[in-house]
Amino acid sequence: MVDSVTPKIPVAAPVASASQGYWRGVGARLVRDPGGVVVGVIILLLLMLALFGPWLIAKDPYQTSMFLRLKPIGTEGFPLGSDELGRDMLSRLILGTRLSLFMGIVPVVFAFFIGGAIGIVAGYAGGRTNTLIMRTVDIFYAFPSVLLAIALSGAMGAGIGNALLSLTLVFVPQVARIAESVTAQVRHMDYIDAARATGASAFTIIRVQVLGNVLGPIFVFSTGLISVCMILASGLSFLGLGVRPPEPEWGLMLNTLRTAIYIQPWVAALPGMMIFITSISFNILADRLRAAMAIKE
Amino acid sequence: MISTLFYRILLAIPTMLGVAVICFLLVQIAPGDPLVSVMPPDASEAMRQTLMQAYGFDKPLPVQFMHWLWRALHGDLGMSVATGRPVISEVMSAVSYSLRLALLATVMGFVLGSLFGFVAGYFRNSVIDRLASLLSVFGVSVPHYWLGMLLVIVFSVKFALLPATGGGPIGETGWQWDWAHLQFMLLPAITLSVIPTGIIARTVRSQVADILSQEFIVGLRARGLNESRIFIHVVKNAAPTALAVMGLQVGYLMGGSILVETVFSWPGTGLLLNTAIFQRDLPLLQGTIWVLALFFVLLNLLVDVLQTSLDPRIKRS
Repeated sequence: MVDSVTPKIPVAAPVASASQGYWRGVGARLVRDPGGVVVGVIILLLLMLALFGPWLIAKDPYQTSMFLRLKPIGTEGFPLGSDELGRDMLSRLILGTRLSLFMGIVPVVFAFFIGGAIGIVAGYAGGRTNTLIMRTVDIFYAFPSVLLAIALSGAMGAGIGNALLSLTLVFVPQVARIAESVTAQVRHMDYIDAARATGASAFTIIRVQVLGNVLGPIFVFSTGLISVCMILASGLSFLGLGVRPPEPEWGLMLNTLRTAIYIQPWVAALPGMMIFITSISFNILADRLRAAMAIKE
Repeated sequence: MISTLFYRILLAIPTMLGVAVICFLLVQIAPGDPLVSVMPPDASEAMRQTLMQAYGFDKPLPVQFMHWLWRALHGDLGMSVATGRPVISEVMSAVSYSLRLALLATVMGFVLGSLFGFVAGYFRNSVIDRLASLLSVFGVSVPHYWLGMLLVIVFSVKFALLPATGGGPIGETGWQWDWAHLQFMLLPAITLSVIPTGIIARTVRSQVADILSQEFIVGLRARGLNESRIFIHVVKNAAPTALAVMGLQVGYLMGGSILVETVFSWPGTGLLLNTAIFQRDLPLLQGTIWVLALFFVLLNLLVDVLQTSLDPRIKRS
């Protein structure tokens, strides 16, 4: 839990030594929160599965077998059953963690940096620059995010790269809007005026005074977006627009097993369970982080 | 009032123009020659040129955009490459199916969400309150296409109570408000309603909690009003926001139901988009998305205006 927060310290450090105490306080509050600890452990476990998956599986996840198709959960040699091509579900679910988490997290990381930069610049600049940037961002709000993601990857065609690109485009405006609103709040603080009076350049003020005060809320918002991104990314694969077979990815597995619900319903539902656990964990983590950092929406 | 209305509509115009630009560009970012779908593979260079001119692909992009927009505003969204029918008629019949589904899901979500929200807001930190917050996290975290599959497993496969897929009895076209048709809509609507239920529950809860802590409630209690009269005051104050959220949810569900519609083969815009994507029917893709986005923008505008006229506090500010 604390580990997922500490890497932010160097970024927030410019706000002098006080920020050390702040982040330590946030960490302490999170550790004391049982719900936060539980989801933190789940996310850590998922990250471990993603990192060490290939060494944890006992069976070849690509090995098909015509005779061992759609075995129920608990079959000898197939603890979680087998899929429509007779591949071991347990191995595929474990190996799928890597690609599914990658698709769920990477677009949000990109959006965090790109959208954050756009929003901070717009919020700090104010005036016409702000209007121009924010009106452009608003246009993307005219599309529900599912629709925009599917429209973009539908037009560009299937594939991991296109899916990542379209998901990034979906989340950049959302991060930018949050970044703009928190930066605009900070902009008129006395310490910004003081920094300007000392002759600091806009870039220096953003780097030293603004960043330390806005990164927290932007970071928490982005953590919550991972939950949405997991669902959207797997949804794209579910439609056949993301990851291509035979790669194991939860959304794609759910898609290929869809017709199997009449034969082995619970085996077919397993990949969705994984998406759900991941998504709800990131959602709760974002909630608890928000509470621990005392951020008001 | 009239001037605010006018200002809001004026503000929506650049957004709609931007939406049109994005929809137009969708076809441009698509890989490959736009003529591939209408041209025989062995077409000569001369024929290619003629077709380029006929479709206007030889003109600069801004000119092409103006042409497209002009035709689109007149209801001409081109022809579907796959079926040869006008895109607009395909989209409109699908929109009616999606709208029906989205409305039913939102109403279900509104009833359930307000119920949970009110109880949770009244009894903070009670079991119901915990349940309501769990429900709202569940609503936004569950992959709804998976939830749809689970419902099919339980209600169609295990108990055979409701049909798993389709938009009506086999062999029938069109829609009627009878049980034979309605039973097809229940599972997708329940699946979709999970999202608005969670969101509305969360909004109503915080609204109610907020209102109850305000001074005028204390004042009303001091004057000796009984709880049922105070409840009416709470409802009146919470209603505009809750209704606004509900209105916006209709729009989100219209555009967001593509995955659920695919699971249930519900013949709405989602299924249409799915077909368009897999047959690489770009005019159909573009037209559907344009209509949905326009619907969403107009709905936002409507909600905005209605909320302003319902809630005198916003009008004043």
